[in-house]
Amino acid sequence: MISREKRAAASAAASPYAHLTYQHRLNFYDEPPRYNITLDEFESCAIDRLRILSEIESCLARNRSPEDMKTVIDAQCRKFLPLDANTASKLVDVDAQRKRDHLGHFVLRLAFCRSEELRRRFVKSETMLFRIRYELADQNEVNQFLESKKFAWEKASNGELQSLKSELIAVHPRLPWPENGSPPAYYKVNWTSVPDLVAQRKVLLRLGKAYVPATEQESIVLQEFQERIESNLDRTAKALPRLDEDDRILPILGHLADGLLAGIPMDSSFAVTEGDGVTITADMIEDLSRKHFPLCMRNLHDNLRKDKHLKHAGRLQYTLFLKGFGLTLDEAIVFWRKSYRGGKVKDDDFNKEYKYNIRHSYGQEGKRADYPPMNCARIITSQQPSAQESHGCPFKHFSIENLDTALLTKYGSCGMNSSALPEINKYVKDGHYHVACTRVYEITHNIRKGEGLGGGESVTHPNLYARRSMDAAKVLIKAETAPVDPSAMVEG
Amino acid sequence: MASKDDAMNVDYDVSQPQVMFQFYKRLYPYQAIFHWLNQDHAPSRLFTHREFAFTLQGDVYLRYQSFATAEEFQREVCRRSPTRFEIGAIYNARPKDKKVMRPGALQPQRRELVFDIDMTDYDSVRTCCTDKKICARCWGFIAAAVRVLDSGLRNQFGYRQLLWVYSGRRGIHCWVSDAAAMDLTDDQRRALMAWLEVVKGSKDTAKKVNVRFKNGELHPALSSAVRILNPKEGDPATRWNFDGLILHDQDCFKNQEQWEDLLKLLGNADIADSLRKTWQSDTERTSRRKWEDLVKELRKRDKKTQSSVLHAMEEIILQYMYPRLDMEVSKHRNHLLKAPFCVHPSTGRVCVPVDPATVDDFDPERVPTVGQLLSELDRLDGVPGGWEKTSLKPYVEMLERHAQGIIQEARQGRKAAQSLEF
Ligand SMILES: [Zn+2]
Repeated sequence: MISREKRAAASAAASPYAHLTYQHRLNFYDEPPRYNITLDEFESCAIDRLRILSEIESCLARNRSPEDMKTVIDAQCRKFLPLDANTASKLVDVDAQRKRDHLGHFVLRLAFCRSEELRRRFVKSETMLFRIRYELADQNEVNQFLESKKFAWEKASNGELQSLKSELIAVHPRLPWPENGSPPAYYKVNWTSVPDLVAQRKVLLRLGKAYVPATEQESIVLQEFQERIESNLDRTAKALPRLDEDDRILPILGHLADGLLAGIPMDSSFAVTEGDGVTITADMIEDLSRKHFPLCMRNLHDNLRKDKHLKHAGRLQYTLFLKGFGLTLDEAIVFWRKSYRGGKVKDDDFNKEYKYNIRHSYGQEGKRADYPPMNCARIITSQQPSAQESHGCPFKHFSIENLDTALLTKYGSCGMNSSALPEINKYVKDGHYHVACTRVYEITHNIRKGEGLGGGESVTHPNLYARRSMDAAKVLIKAETAPVDPSAMVEG
Repeated sequence: MASKDDAMNVDYDVSQPQVMFQFYKRLYPYQAIFHWLNQDHAPSRLFTHREFAFTLQGDVYLRYQSFATAEEFQREVCRRSPTRFEIGAIYNARPKDKKVMRPGALQPQRRELVFDIDMTDYDSVRTCCTDKKICARCWGFIAAAVRVLDSGLRNQFGYRQLLWVYSGRRGIHCWVSDAAAMDLTDDQRRALMAWLEVVKGSKDTAKKVNVRFKNGELHPALSSAVRILNPKEGDPATRWNFDGLILHDQDCFKNQEQWEDLLKLLGNADIADSLRKTWQSDTERTSRRKWEDLVKELRKRDKKTQSSVLHAMEEIILQYMYPRLDMEVSKHRNHLLKAPFCVHPSTGRVCVPVDPATVDDFDPERVPTVGQLLSELDRLDGVPGGWEKTSLKPYVEMLERHAQGIIQEARQGRKAAQSLEF
């Protein structure tokens, strides 16, 4: 008789990865994570995952080819949600990666189980993420994972296969049937396990059973994954009311759901310090806005020029954007004073009120918080602007007619023309505002469709749009080292 | 509404509410409908959580009706006397409670798999009637569609509980009540419809069938459809097959426009040219002769041409006769479909079940009308009696037999599930 220790030792020797909590990189997320986590972990791993899911949604909306999508998502995953194989370098803590993956999935499950629409989108993008990982994994890894799941897939018997031979060959002419050997391997599953193969008539159906070649196993696995996610989401939705008591978690979940609805994570941030010490001065804005600003900011800028004034929400959106763009506080005051000159606000009032607001935005007044520039999610979900207001996202907040006119007048000189409008309008109608904006970037920068801001990335932040546009034009402005003359602030 | 054999029944006008009331009070087979939908004798969720929708006089449409029992169902149908009513999904709650639920909370869960085939979709191929008309001759298209679909649903998908129902004017419905079919999600229904859909494209699309694999083969499911539509020697005889219906009865390639369509579909300019010469000079040549000409012409050609044109001929058979399904009806669980035994408002005919085994001989013009049935009751001179005293009887019995079969199978299913648990 073998002792328990010996047996454990033997199995550990059989698998060099026995010490791992998560034996496999792939996960069906059947078991909830069972350990304590901090609220920060709770939120951050969900946000990173949401970033990936949103990118998947925009790839689907932009009709990218499966291969392109795989490349884009793989790159994004490496950045935000790395998930290495067991064979990865010893320096990589694969358990920690898998824990984040596991956790992120469950937090988003909580956030997205509440409405039919969110559930549908979650299932679709999670299944796609699983599919990409499955296809990128090596066959050994996949096989080990599948063995561990102990699926009850029935192999069709050789006798049965022989009796269906001519029909099976008609459906799968390229599967070799050896003269004397046994037939190729087929699974026999309920047809509902492989709806995609059925929809394309890629299987033989007999009395409700589909004969699926072992080479098409992926379809069965993906369907299995999707069905489990669906039924788990239903169960989570039923359990959710109990969570309602935790008022720390609910706001986070709501926030995450808003992010998916906006098509982008709410936290897409833009590091102001990123970049290379470019200093922008007030008098450069006019010219740069024409070349490098996204439509929301062009709209604010042009309205500011026309009215010599912006309402509060627009002023805040634009001030923070310019701050992120590299306009220092001093230059900002110069810029705004100049822009307001000749308008309804007197210089005196400007000094009293508006200067305070600008300094406040730069964290120099009040709570002295350093307010970050607004991201697309924030701008898209901001309040519908009234007739006098110009803030928000034109793709979301303009009528289609006004949007088209704005695109043609503001970007007509850099390649925008009416033949591009139907496609952009379609994205808008489907609620993919940032995809529409990304398409505008591609057209006005003469970039191949699908490239986005580079490597397929879509617009999630107006400052990212502007920064990439500047980079693309190789606009390099020498850092201004001399301190600004204080008198310039008064003289403008 | 009056057809030649019920000239004495003209007094009954289905647009009159009292006529519909009489029909619902004395003739409608509530018990059989209840058994069929409920799949059991005691009311289950399959009935109590089921949506009914009424169309009342003046096109008032009442959705989300539901009933606790067969008696309540009967009472409400009589009280409302709808011009027709439809059957929908089984929901997670009683549909009539929708008003007091939070928006979006009422969700469809299960539902028979349903199909709708309408003669209008055959207007580009049938030659006997157009538009709203239908006759015993163009019924041939429906009969052929029923044979193909019935066989596919049974042999490929393994369903057994199929009920075919005449739609009252120019089409047919099919209701599949197997537990596995009731359980299908909308995505699975979509996949099943994609499997079944063969004839695609608008009326301006010349070639509406593009279903071959890259290597030129047909999927076995479609080869068997071709064989049902164009049986080989030794196969069971059918009246409405490609030869009987398309070549002979409908004579689909009679005039020049029609046979030019055929030549275009052959995809071989050489054969088309030589046939065109013969056909242009003989305006009386029948479609049957033309098809024979084609076969003779083909014999003279090399193997490669023969194979490609034979493929085209199979596709022509599918294009003219394969079931043309209303896709949307079948894809969603919450889609409503007119209940069996309703009365078609413009023909007055009752939507009776059809036996697929004898579908070739079904004559829509011989389906009883409300007027005829009420007259049959009148002739009883006050003797009490309902549908069992009229020509509706065989149809009701057909539904009741079907329902009993479903009940038995459902019971066996429950027993099997129990024995697994212990
Ligand atoms: Zn006809």
